[in-house]
Amino acid sequence: MMTKIKVNRRTFIVSSIATAGALVLGLGLTRGMLKGSDAAADSTTFNAFLKIGQDDTITIQVPCSEMGQGVFTALPMILAEELEADWTKVVAVTAPADKAYHYPDWGDQLTGGSHAVAGWYAALRHMGATAREMLVAAAAQEWGVPASTCKADRNVVSHPESGRSLRYGAIAEAAAKQPVPKSPTLKSVDKFNLIGHPVPRKDTPVKVDGSAIYGVDVRLPGMLTAAVKTSPSFGGRVVSYDAKKAMAMPGVRGVVPIPDGIAVAADSYWQARKALDAMEIIFEPGPFAHQSSEKIRAELIAGLEKEGVVARDDGKARATLAAANNVYSAVYEAPYLAHACMEPMSCTADVRTDACEIWVPTQWPRDTRQRVAGWTKLPLEKVQINVTFLGGGFGRRGEADFVEQAVLVSKALGKPVKVIWSREEDIAHDFYRPAAAIRFQAALDKKGNGLAFDCRVSAPSIMARTDGLPVGKLDSAAVEGLADQPYAFPHARVEYVRSDLGVPVGWWRSVGNSHNAFMRESFIDELAHAQGEDPYQFRRRLLAHDKRHLGVLDLAASKAGWNSPLPAGHFRGIAVAKSFETYVAEVAEISIKDGEIKTHKVTCAIDCGTVVNPGIIEAQMQSAIIDGLTAALKGEITILDGAVEQSNFHDYPMLYIADIPEIAVHIVNSTEAPTGAGEPGVPPVAPAVANAVFAATGQRIRSLPFSKHTLKGA
Amino acid sequence: MITLKINNIAHEIDVDPETPLLWAIRDHTGLTGTKFGCGAGLCGACTVHVNGEAVRSCSTTVGAVKDSNITTIEGLSKDRSHPVQQAWIEEDVPQCGYCQSGMIMATTAFLAANPAPTDKDIDDGITNICRCGTYVRIRKAIHRAAGKQTETK
Repeated sequence: MMTKIKVNRRTFIVSSIATAGALVLGLGLTRGMLKGSDAAADSTTFNAFLKIGQDDTITIQVPCSEMGQGVFTALPMILAEELEADWTKVVAVTAPADKAYHYPDWGDQLTGGSHAVAGWYAALRHMGATAREMLVAAAAQEWGVPASTCKADRNVVSHPESGRSLRYGAIAEAAAKQPVPKSPTLKSVDKFNLIGHPVPRKDTPVKVDGSAIYGVDVRLPGMLTAAVKTSPSFGGRVVSYDAKKAMAMPGVRGVVPIPDGIAVAADSYWQARKALDAMEIIFEPGPFAHQSSEKIRAELIAGLEKEGVVARDDGKARATLAAANNVYSAVYEAPYLAHACMEPMSCTADVRTDACEIWVPTQWPRDTRQRVAGWTKLPLEKVQINVTFLGGGFGRRGEADFVEQAVLVSKALGKPVKVIWSREEDIAHDFYRPAAAIRFQAALDKKGNGLAFDCRVSAPSIMARTDGLPVGKLDSAAVEGLADQPYAFPHARVEYVRSDLGVPVGWWRSVGNSHNAFMRESFIDELAHAQGEDPYQFRRRLLAHDKRHLGVLDLAASKAGWNSPLPAGHFRGIAVAKSFETYVAEVAEISIKDGEIKTHKVTCAIDCGTVVNPGIIEAQMQSAIIDGLTAALKGEITILDGAVEQSNFHDYPMLYIADIPEIAVHIVNSTEAPTGAGEPGVPPVAPAVANAVFAATGQRIRSLPFSKHTLKGA
Repeated sequence: MITLKINNIAHEIDVDPETPLLWAIRDHTGLTGTKFGCGAGLCGACTVHVNGEAVRSCSTTVGAVKDSNITTIEGLSKDRSHPVQQAWIEEDVPQCGYCQSGMIMATTAFLAANPAPTDKDIDDGITNICRCGTYVRIRKAIHRAAGKQTETK
């Protein structure tokens, strides 16, 4: 169902031109940052999103950050489709922070929650159609013919009857003066040239020749680069530091205190780094200095004995379980995970007395702008946030800790400053995927159907920090995939018990679903095996009422050849999970050799409604599967003396090309509204592998990562 | 002062000879295509060619390469026409793209030594990390580029 878009001439053109003017004439914006959208007299700005040049260049501002998930291509595709643009003439630019780029539904400018296409689909179609009708109207007016006799196609308006045509570039100025149509006609789906097609990405060329600019690559005249070090243990502070030695080293221009740490700014990164490493900094440990993985685990398990906040309570789950003959029970655990974006955290700030400009790879431009305004005590309109390409995001770059550092150092030194974190700083100062423990209890009826399901989630709260969630209130992220679990159980109860453990936690790709799907889909598998029933068939029965869950489950099973014979030593596991409104099922085919899991193949079925770019969906599924597999096989952040023990890729290992299974992605054909593809591929992969491991060994893995378990050969 | 020959251009740089080549390139020559990922030689994002060999520039000092021919991603071609770059475009390999400069430099050196690689050769020869998981398309692009290089011979 399409969202109704209210538009009037002022909204569409006038106020947006003012905004666009501000964008283009902003303080010190470098030409490199704005390739293709410079303030040229020879282009017409239709609104904050669309500019058409006299040379036919179609410049589209992309309201979401590009972090590899493909919005830089998919969002322009939507607008370009309705505009009837020549795709080869489309230039995409990531939009800076501005109210014009707030989601119509969320009222925020943010990239996360797998929401980019879902949130912008209707509005971008509307904009493209509006501009198209204005271009046609302008041409029709020039020719003195009815608009209905004109056609628009690939940057050209034509009048077939008379053989006349006009390029968009020639007619754009006149078009922008046309009345803004209230309800432009949208194209019918069967006429789509771009949407639904694997159109090549717009950012690929600059990412194969080294010219793409990420946060770490920003260069400004007079800029200093800063290296930073913050307290190794959480909550610790700087007690004292000796800046003399550092200040005497080559290129060093300043030593500046930052929250819980020190920054050294120099003419170049390596000079800053060397000086910082040479400094003596005394940290005093904070209130969590004695925290350890052992204590954390004990506290999470102890949390399972406490009464929690109720997230779901259908029927009488506890009473039913108390009266049941056979109650299945299990406790599952998952560790903290780091994001480990390929590009370490970075930010460039130019703080002046009357204005401030930031260049940052951020997922949350709106929030960042507000925070910077607060730190600099400047009005919002004097704070410009430019968004670079992101070398990975995964939720980490929705934070502003690295922004605050850059602002403070720039303010202190009166110069533009680029802060770059070391990999060690990046791994040790993350906002981690929360560790969690869950106890499940379930009973089935005599026919083997779901009767009662009860689970208690014991985990730290992300919302405690991000939303000031009071103790005793529900953290909805912590129960994702459980509070909304789809299996037919007339009695279902979900509770949440919060632990405050001192380790900073945040959004990691698929958030609560990342641990809850592993646990839920493994437990459901346990129930199936307890009945002696095929785990795929068991799920089919309990999901019979849910067409879309069933759809992906059946598609994955069918494409994986669930019932077909396997090579000797190979075993399959299946899992299904809905997250961010998208349904995904995965089948993993594995074997065990010398106690190690070898993943041969992952077959994936995704239902994300209408698909904008199937090539990008496939890439995202591969990406999510590899991300989830890496975490499941190897991912674990451990804590000792209140600090993270891991520091780089030798002790927080990643998968290499040699480790990757064959991945087959199958997209359900759908005309439902588009939903996300960034995160939903992650949750099912850990349980699919765990369920395959059970099939292979009879061992039920109830805690991740797999590497901490000794597996018997099959 | 040290002179570094990068992409056939001599750059006179005032740096401590112990400076990692990565940072001399990034901060002193204006070439930011070579990326910083780990600083410990573990991820390969910083891969350049030194006299045609793939080298992790974060773990090589400027002093060690001052008489060598250094090639960065910018030096592969003026216009993305190198067969590996072309293969990367045809397979639409990059996602976030941050690892890809290093991945492409590692691949070009790998193909020079392994013109017709098997999948096992690729498994053993390519050890760069990609957090976005573009490995499936990387593998396809390597085979495609190998095919191209054979064609042009």
